[in-house]
Amino acid sequence: MGRFWSILFLAVPVLGVGCFVCAAMSRSWPLYNHWFPRDISEHGHVIDDLFTFILLLTGLIFVATSLTLVYFLWKYDARQNAEPVKYTHGSHVLEVVWSILPAATLLFIAIYQMDAWAAAKMRRPMLPGPDGRLETEDDIARPPLAAVTGRQFEWRIAYAGADGVVGTRDDIFTVNDLHVPLGEEIVLEILSEDVLHSLFLPNVRLKQDLVPGMRQYVWFRPLETGTYDIVCAELCGWGHYKMKGRLTVLPRDQFDRWLAQKWAEQELSTYTAERGE
Amino acid sequence: MSGSQHPHEHGGGHAHGGGSVATFIATYVFSRDHKIIGLQFLFSTLLWFLVGGLLALGIRWQLAWPWSDMPIIGRMLFSAEGGQISPEFYTMLFTMHATVMIFFVIIPILAGAFGNFLIPLMIGADDMAFPTLNMLSYWFMWPAFLCIGLSFFAPGNGAAAGWTSYPPLSAVASSAPGSSTAQTLWLMGVTFVGVSSMMGSVNYLTTIIQMRAPGMTMFRLPLTIWGMFITAILQAFALPVLTAAGFMQLADRLLGTGFFLPEHLVVNNAVAATGGGQPLLWQHLFWFYSHPAVYIMILPAMGMVSDMISCFARKPIFGYKPMVYSISAIAGLGFIVWGHHMFVSGMNPVLGMTFMVSTMMIALPSAVKVFNWLGTLWGGQIQFTTPMLFALSFVSMFIIGGLSGIFMAATPVDIFIHDTYFIVAHFHYVLFAGTAMAVFGAIYFWFPKMFGRMMHDGWGKVHFFLTFIFLNGTFFTMHILGVVGFPRRLADPYHYETFRHLMPMNQFMTICALGMVAVQVIFAVNFIGSMFFGPVAGRNPWGANSLEWMAPSPPGHGNFDFQPVVYRGPYEYGSPESDTDYYPQTQPPLAPVPA
Repeated sequence: MGRFWSILFLAVPVLGVGCFVCAAMSRSWPLYNHWFPRDISEHGHVIDDLFTFILLLTGLIFVATSLTLVYFLWKYDARQNAEPVKYTHGSHVLEVVWSILPAATLLFIAIYQMDAWAAAKMRRPMLPGPDGRLETEDDIARPPLAAVTGRQFEWRIAYAGADGVVGTRDDIFTVNDLHVPLGEEIVLEILSEDVLHSLFLPNVRLKQDLVPGMRQYVWFRPLETGTYDIVCAELCGWGHYKMKGRLTVLPRDQFDRWLAQKWAEQELSTYTAERGE
Repeated sequence: MSGSQHPHEHGGGHAHGGGSVATFIATYVFSRDHKIIGLQFLFSTLLWFLVGGLLALGIRWQLAWPWSDMPIIGRMLFSAEGGQISPEFYTMLFTMHATVMIFFVIIPILAGAFGNFLIPLMIGADDMAFPTLNMLSYWFMWPAFLCIGLSFFAPGNGAAAGWTSYPPLSAVASSAPGSSTAQTLWLMGVTFVGVSSMMGSVNYLTTIIQMRAPGMTMFRLPLTIWGMFITAILQAFALPVLTAAGFMQLADRLLGTGFFLPEHLVVNNAVAATGGGQPLLWQHLFWFYSHPAVYIMILPAMGMVSDMISCFARKPIFGYKPMVYSISAIAGLGFIVWGHHMFVSGMNPVLGMTFMVSTMMIALPSAVKVFNWLGTLWGGQIQFTTPMLFALSFVSMFIIGGLSGIFMAATPVDIFIHDTYFIVAHFHYVLFAGTAMAVFGAIYFWFPKMFGRMMHDGWGKVHFFLTFIFLNGTFFTMHILGVVGFPRRLADPYHYETFRHLMPMNQFMTICALGMVAVQVIFAVNFIGSMFFGPVAGRNPWGANSLEWMAPSPPGHGNFDFQPVVYRGPYEYGSPESDTDYYPQTQPPLAPVPA
């Protein structure tokens, strides 16, 4: 039976790698589109590449250790192996080697990731200050295009309007419908009114929890037009599953037209009131 | 010398007298004997394992065939929804599945059942240091069982804020149906589990430090005991934080405090709290316990697996001291990695970088352990018994679960895979494919010591084979879902275009999950049948070295019928000094020891 069990354990790396290979060739049978969703952002490929890098590295270790396990099971099956047991309590040299190698690899992975992390979460996009140049001390943080407020179970979106400031008289409001201009650096202010939510844009590789009482900013640069999902990724109650928004990326001129149209729809009531007086 | 010469011996002690009801209650119900308490934990947790498994099937049903009538039981459970799972019921299902599996199955089966049963036997003591405290540690589980049980029937029908119970959802009663009385009961239940674990861990630490048999130095302890010892330290130092956090959330809910609730919180169009608090504080406190808890849920399993692998490879464990040091390193680092649950929570991203480095480093001792298990197999005489198969599958599956952790530790990658099925795959590989499989192995391994009879090996292998196939079918595919970004905890993920095409894969997983739960019937029948009809086991059916195998099967009250004296470590298999292929810890050396 030792042979049978060895083959069972051999199936783990074989099927495991097979499963990932099928999924990664996402345009072919049998697993259509079972890989990363379409990346429409400037920074998204960095995250995908880091994932692939870790996948290859861990995949290599997975295959090597799993095959070693299978080889030992095959070779040292008590029914087949006539050699006496190797009476040993370990090897100091081996312990040192297999501590230092993984330690160095892991440390490398950690440090290698830091720049991508800083870009995604720490380096908020800036605008040139009074001196007209970027990366000087008087740079100012790029103001948010809109504030996105999570609420059970919808996304309330307030565009800054003509004055470029969110929270003033000329804000434009939508629900679950986020439009952004193509190719520009988009900064969003994210807030929560009630419980925790998480703004997850799968196609932009962006995720950040919305915490009540905290004002946070996220940023990305969309590079393709189209309409994509906004997902809530933090449990927010019974209706969590239906807290769905839509992200629409469109060229600047169309975006401006859309925003003007939304403003007109919103201000209709004011117009009626004036006529009524 | 070895006990296998007395195959028909029965332990007498705990079955003394009989007849009167009072004696029966004192012996089997309010027993202070560590073995009876261990078995009480074992039976309770196995029953809860069944409950947790059925809750999981509810989750799987909804993900495979959302909003469809559940066959047979649907009408009984959800008459109001016409036999469908409702979204609030779904949130309850995954909350309670995790709660039951973590707090009522894995933690108490490792520390409570195996810790209690094995610690005194393996160190050569007659019982725990504090037998009454030990009894209380079991009986404090019952208020917990009661609270969580009642939570299902309280208004809201079960806590539904996730097993992590993040406020404000969990702390504001009006924010979800399950966040009213059901959540209060949940918090009380978890607190009682904490009290029970605390009593247990104090007892284990004292017993292991103070009551070892003559000659049993710390570096002659079996790795199972090292796992239990380090786990007890983790529990003793991390649990108070969770208990305190639980009381704070109770105060927020019942006394109107605002530890976790900020100002201007508006839930359901009403101001929800006085405020002044911070929701992230709960996450820090919760994970400060619950990340070490992840190691509480695996270190004893690693120890038991080491014992089984060495025994059935008939070879000393490779690198005993590195194994001990790596258990300690995992525990030590385990205290400074909790922030990796919070990379996208709003925690300062600078802190995220530090937690990334510490989390990466914790993979190192885990890798060392895997290499040492492989080293143990190298050059052995491997016997493919049922416990050995489960132990080997632990190693094979832990490689997957350990490596997938590196993806999450890498902060930029975690931005995408956080709260997706990649995470679900990861912790099920560690906790089910890892720990639960090790626990199955440990039950097959120590069953003869517990009940004096052997479990059926052939059916054990069938159970192993089918569980192994189905678990990989269920959990490996979750990695692929995670890469697509498939989120956790959604009652209907197909609401989103991005995930709509993933339904067939979910149906495949659900079929595997149904199979996985179904084949546990083989285990249940084998377990109960063998208790009464299994072949009688001798003292040492596996030819193992450690002390528990020198005691009668099952051991009577007081455990040993002789004073065990320890001459060597527990892994002297194939030693040239012994005339058999094992060399029990209690066997005096052949050559006289110079005085």
